[in-house]
Amino acid sequence: MAVSLREYRARIKSTESMKKITRAMELIAASRIIKAQQKAAAAAPYARELTRAVSAVATFSNVDHPLTREEENPKRAAVLIITSDRGLAGAYSSSVLKEAERLSERLRGEGKEIDYFLAGRKAEAYFKFRTRAFVESWTGFSDQPTYDKAAEIGSALITAFLKEQGEDGDVDEVHVVYTRFRSMLTQEPTAIRLLPLEVIEGEAAPEDSELLPLYEFEPSAAQVLDGLLPQYVQSRIFYSLLQSAASELAARQKAMKSATDNAEELIKKFTRIANQARQAGITQEISEIVGGVNALADAQAAND
Amino acid sequence: MAESTVEYLHVELVAADRTVWSGEASMIIARTLEGDIGVLRGHAPTLSLLSASVVEIQIADSDDLLVVAVDGGFLSVANDRVSILAERVERAEEIHLDQARIELEEAQRLLNSNNEAEQRVRHAEARIRAAEKVS
Repeated sequence: MAVSLREYRARIKSTESMKKITRAMELIAASRIIKAQQKAAAAAPYARELTRAVSAVATFSNVDHPLTREEENPKRAAVLIITSDRGLAGAYSSSVLKEAERLSERLRGEGKEIDYFLAGRKAEAYFKFRTRAFVESWTGFSDQPTYDKAAEIGSALITAFLKEQGEDGDVDEVHVVYTRFRSMLTQEPTAIRLLPLEVIEGEAAPEDSELLPLYEFEPSAAQVLDGLLPQYVQSRIFYSLLQSAASELAARQKAMKSATDNAEELIKKFTRIANQARQAGITQEISEIVGGVNALADAQAAND
Repeated sequence: MAESTVEYLHVELVAADRTVWSGEASMIIARTLEGDIGVLRGHAPTLSLLSASVVEIQIADSDDLLVVAVDGGFLSVANDRVSILAERVERAEEIHLDQARIELEEAQRLLNSNNEAEQRVRHAEARIRAAEKVS
């Protein structure tokens, strides 16, 4: 026996406490995920109404707005990467970062330079460790994003986008890499182009059958668009943050569940080995006693 | 205007992260960038930007008046359906009057140094007006 019974017992104990921790984290993630989903659902009406309004303006006026204008010769692209603040969520952050690398590769292939904007401590750590430059980062809200944060990120991106080409810090395109929450089991890292806006009939577009009424715009269509588009951008970012938060929690729950399962497995294995060690110990003791008795008996027989 | 089958306005009052109120109303008063606007049933389709102000909603079949403070956003009216969207929407009952006053003072102090302050002043004023209206 390489390791004594006592040591096995200690190992079982530590694995057990580890299991308790991972189990608790699993349960916490599971309860938070419901909240995150509710939050995402609560934010949906705003996004829907905003999309309706934007497509209404787009339908009735000639959309020519700085935020929708394509640069003729795009040279720089901004990439916003949304990751988590904490680890222990399986491959969640690394798969987002991998997707971001893929996107960067593609953009570089098109001859564009890239400015990175980061959300989440994991992305920041990833860039700092590789001593790669990034423009700005936001941390500390990955599992419960607020609209204020989204607005902050949105205005930074919009400012960078609106700068003239050649100006310091100007970007001609803005991309977002986040994790789409498909279901509790699947979350996929997704890259979308945020700016220039394509006035898309996105996920929440009004149906074709629904005719848009002839709106009157106050003060004017252009000004309404001016007010709407930045909010639209921010709401898209908020949506991405919420999706990412739900995905992070789902990933964490899954990772912690398998950690708990593995701990259980280990405990079983260690218990078996410990029992074996115990039995071996007993057997040895018996054979020692028997041996001792035999020796005594032999000695007595020799004396007689 | 063709006779509508809906008897009241259907209102969706939506903040960025939640639906604040949704239901039937008989009248809505809001302030756009161009001035006050009142919306009754059968109003022409309109899409207008709101200034940071108070929005009043006369709830259908009752004397209750819903008063909220918004920080901008916009109002869209179509087919007796009204959506009011703003990043921040607060019901007057939820606004703490003293706190709003303190915020107003703070914003006024910043007025000369910060170009966001004007928006903050307006928002704070709207909140105070809303809170005073219900108290």
